[in-house]
Amino acid sequence: MESSKRNILNVKDLHVEVKTKDGMSTLVKDINFGIEKGKILGLVGESGSGKTVTSMSILQLLDQKNMEVQGSITLQDRELNGLGNKEMRGIRGKEIAFIMQNPMNAFTPVFTIGYQFVETIRSHTSLNKKQAIELAIDVMKSVNLPEPEKLLKKYPFQLSGGMLQRVMIAMSACLHPSVIIADEPTTALDLHNQLLVLRLLDKIRSEYGTSILLISHDLGVISEMADDVIVMQHGRIVEAGNVFELFDNPHHDYTKKLLRTRPTLDYEHQPITHVL
Amino acid sequence: MSLLQVNRVNHSYNSKRFFKWKDQMNKALSDISFSIEEGKCVGLLGTSGAGKSTLGKVILGIQRPQQGQILFQGHDIYNADKRTRQMLRRDLQVVFQDSYSAVNPRMTAERIISEPLENYEKLTVGERRKTVISLLERVDLSEKDLKKYPHQFSGGQLQRINIARAISLKPKLIVLDESVSSVDMVTQSLILDLLKGLKEDFGLSYLFITHDIKAAFSISDTIGVLEKGELIQMYDSKDQFFSSKHPVVMQMKDSILAEHPRFRSIFN
Repeated sequence: MESSKRNILNVKDLHVEVKTKDGMSTLVKDINFGIEKGKILGLVGESGSGKTVTSMSILQLLDQKNMEVQGSITLQDRELNGLGNKEMRGIRGKEIAFIMQNPMNAFTPVFTIGYQFVETIRSHTSLNKKQAIELAIDVMKSVNLPEPEKLLKKYPFQLSGGMLQRVMIAMSACLHPSVIIADEPTTALDLHNQLLVLRLLDKIRSEYGTSILLISHDLGVISEMADDVIVMQHGRIVEAGNVFELFDNPHHDYTKKLLRTRPTLDYEHQPITHVL
Repeated sequence: MSLLQVNRVNHSYNSKRFFKWKDQMNKALSDISFSIEEGKCVGLLGTSGAGKSTLGKVILGIQRPQQGQILFQGHDIYNADKRTRQMLRRDLQVVFQDSYSAVNPRMTAERIISEPLENYEKLTVGERRKTVISLLERVDLSEKDLKKYPHQFSGGQLQRINIARAISLKPKLIVLDESVSSVDMVTQSLILDLLKGLKEDFGLSYLFITHDIKAAFSISDTIGVLEKGELIQMYDSKDQFFSSKHPVVMQMKDSILAEHPRFRSIFN
């Protein structure tokens, strides 16, 4: 139990079922993991393997009428599973931030970035509008976003996807959450923007000691960022472990397959060590 | 003679500005020339906004360029008569990134795939169905999927249906515009293998538009790098690409993620 004490976020025996017309159908089963402070946990799996369901159940965002979430999800020893909407609203955004794949959909198109930034800050703190704007600008400066004052006056459609994603990350980091859940944060971005976003996530981790649950199907992202990795398939965890161990010495067939099937570039700077 | 020849194509988009006298011209393509030989795959790499998709549209005949010409099998596609255009379109197909919006949600897989056949070939109902089934099998789907609707397929399966539709008329050139970018790794490698197989079997040529360097190199014979509407260079091999000192290529190389945690490189 010693290790689970140190963890910020603990998920134990998570089991999610959905009601269908032929009875209950299991989405994820026997999910156990924990994230330590300031660590990045990578979650890998193909589409439909239950990655997003897992992250949604941590945030209690699943439809409670049609789905049944069993098990225990604790954030700093506080049980989240079964918590009411009102309490969860205080946790989402402040304690656990969520970064989605498509930043375009994560913002409301009819309000400026600044309005949404200030709204997020003020709903969780007692700052007034001016202080909230100052905080927003500070955070955006610290994550190297250019011309924060101008950015705040823009509407989401005036920015590129990569830029929006970085603003989103700045927004989620400004309240110093203890956990950030990043669900495929770079899948919709081109290579250079991907690099900027990943660097930004790493910076936030090292500056604020935030733990990150990084969900991705891109093993490149995982190998650059993660400390530990969980591999999911068909709603179950098939392998978990340290990132080096997993890449050097994968045990499960599915992990081996994942490592084998990705396109590789063999040129001198990156010798391929694990041709299986 | 090359299968496709792009000659000095220029195109810019006009953005009308409210209360401004001058319209702003956004140069999307400037002076682009290259060619694709039969049975070869040309990859086009570039960041978002580099003009990759505009070039794809120009080649497909959807977007008439302001200057320059596209010669497909020796015919200028924008100045050919109706009959020739119709014949050329048969040999020129496309697969887009978003598989779901590329199909009609109210059609079954069978109708989606047989639509080009209806337009170009005179087949009986039975023959057409047989052709569709063999196409489905070619892309690793089965007869059972004939009557399914798009929402019943996963993204990867639907992308394969799009590919089946594209190859149904045995075209000469397929434009793949980010076709493997939004699917997961396992599906991506499946689709890439499928595309490679089709290339061998039918002697197809591809124009592979992507921002994913690894995917581009796994299928292309030649790689062109596009930046701000300009074709910077065509590279015939990996070595050529990786030894290039061009700043755009350097930036691309820096953004390649490590294949193993031991080679973490992005934080230097």
